[in-house]
Amino acid sequence: MTSSAVPWPRANWRPTAWVGEHTPIFAVVAVLFVLWYLAAFFMNAPLVRDAFERNEVKYTFGELVAGTMEAKRPVVPAPHQVAVELYDSIFGYPLNSPRNLAYHAWVTLSATAVGFAIGVIFGIVLAILIVHLRTLEKSLLPWIICSQMVPILAIAPIIIVVFGAIGIRGLFPKSIISAYLCFFPVTIGMVKGLTSPDPIELDLMRTWSANKLQVLWKLRWPASIPYLFASLKVSVTISLVGAIVAELPTGAQAGLGARLLSGSYYGQTVQIWAALVCAAVIATVLIAIIDAIAKLTAQRMGALT
Amino acid sequence: MATASSPPTATQAAERMTPSQPATGAPRAANASALTVDARGVSLTFQSRDGAVEALANINLQISDGDFVSFIGPSGCGKTTLMRVIADLEQPTTGTILVNGVTAGEARLKRQYGYIFQAPALYPWRTIERNVMLPLEIMGFPASERRERMQRYLKLVNLSGFERKFPWQLSGGMQQRASIARALSFDPALLLMDEPFGALDEIVRDHLNEQLLRLWDQTGKTVVFVTHSIPEAVFLSTKIVVMSPRPGRIIDVILCDFPRARTLEIRETPEFIKIAQRVRSGLRSGHSYDE
Repeated sequence: MTSSAVPWPRANWRPTAWVGEHTPIFAVVAVLFVLWYLAAFFMNAPLVRDAFERNEVKYTFGELVAGTMEAKRPVVPAPHQVAVELYDSIFGYPLNSPRNLAYHAWVTLSATAVGFAIGVIFGIVLAILIVHLRTLEKSLLPWIICSQMVPILAIAPIIIVVFGAIGIRGLFPKSIISAYLCFFPVTIGMVKGLTSPDPIELDLMRTWSANKLQVLWKLRWPASIPYLFASLKVSVTISLVGAIVAELPTGAQAGLGARLLSGSYYGQTVQIWAALVCAAVIATVLIAIIDAIAKLTAQRMGALT
Repeated sequence: MATASSPPTATQAAERMTPSQPATGAPRAANASALTVDARGVSLTFQSRDGAVEALANINLQISDGDFVSFIGPSGCGKTTLMRVIADLEQPTTGTILVNGVTAGEARLKRQYGYIFQAPALYPWRTIERNVMLPLEIMGFPASERRERMQRYLKLVNLSGFERKFPWQLSGGMQQRASIARALSFDPALLLMDEPFGALDEIVRDHLNEQLLRLWDQTGKTVVFVTHSIPEAVFLSTKIVVMSPRPGRIIDVILCDFPRARTLEIRETPEFIKIAQRVRSGLRSGHSYDE
């Protein structure tokens, strides 16, 4: 029984205390930035040095460092370059312009959301079927595991082509690829969760001669909720990756995947990094949302948070 | 999956139930001679990897309406298994068992007994009130009656005021009382209690035993009670069934004719001590082979 009811804001809350609590996080972030800057310097230095030498310009070490931090097409862009690129590409153009990163993020995010929803529902239904029909576990589970061993880059063009042939283009085929990847953790987690009730809890249901639907809805389902949220956290990032990957081999015109691709065509490394950072931020936000819903649900279900 | 009931059967059973059945013992007193449990030649053999285990061997037992019967014996003597056979949670290999005149399976489908396990087994995501109302939800009682019954039975087990608490906020004894309220909520004529107070300390246990006796006296229910405490068995029961292991069998049935409303003081009387001695010697004779 840990502190279940911490009143917020706490009476003794001070900013310094908050900083103190989060010192390890800040330290790790600081170290990462230092490493990133070092990497930017060492990876870009030969490039800058070559440029100086080609133009037969004398250069100091300071000028070399400055050059590696401002390279137009760096091998590894410096953090501030990525930050500037992010700011420019989000606020520099109207929201519906294909030059705006937010527009591409939105395209990918909507495919992710639809794919995630399809994948989660499919994953849950599959788990319910597997738990109730023992034969399905033997006949279906090997195929489900197989499905996850096929590289998605091989499957993705097939799905896009097949759907394209029957006239379905755009968001839906991408969502299917995203769903294809993200249903798996849900199924595995939910099979575990739906079979998690104790024998004694199942016996109780039997003494009340509850039917299978009642056992599912009043016992198995609530018992599986913690497993569901653990799976959802994994699955939501996978579905984002799925949506991005689906945009890569298909020459998509819009989306973070398309942005990555065009960035690599034209050697725009800063653009690639900006798209990557954008994807990472979206994934973090999605996980935070699921976390918040999980906490709220746990509270309502009487968990000792 | 052990759930054998198909939805239509369950629905029919719910309709057959009479939710408005009064919770008093008055209507039952008329047919007090009827048999609640009638087991004849019941044997149960479990197949395990090391071969067959004879959990129950040729059990013959009659429990009358309104009895308080205790099964006592060392662990492994089949007392819990016998109770699970009565509850249709296990099927006997041979023999017949009737509960309220019908087979154990039919009695279960008609929701004729309430089972209280050694652990309270309250669902942790439900508040106490919603735990008590759970069987009523499953049996299709209307919402208003669910609430009314929940309040009535929580009051009976002295848990009024704890409706909105979650199980972990209650002590072990309170949780077990809540589970008793849950088993009583649909007013079954038969209560099957499998070492319900086994995990509690002696003071709480004495107190709950007194409450249980009062409840049994007031409601006129038939109680089958598994224990391995001799004083508990003698104090509570009208009939003590002494069992012995390998194979699980009944070696003695002792009648205890103390008045129905009894207090803890009877434990000091010579009659009480005499019965306790007989239980003890029965247990010892069943055990003698491995000494």
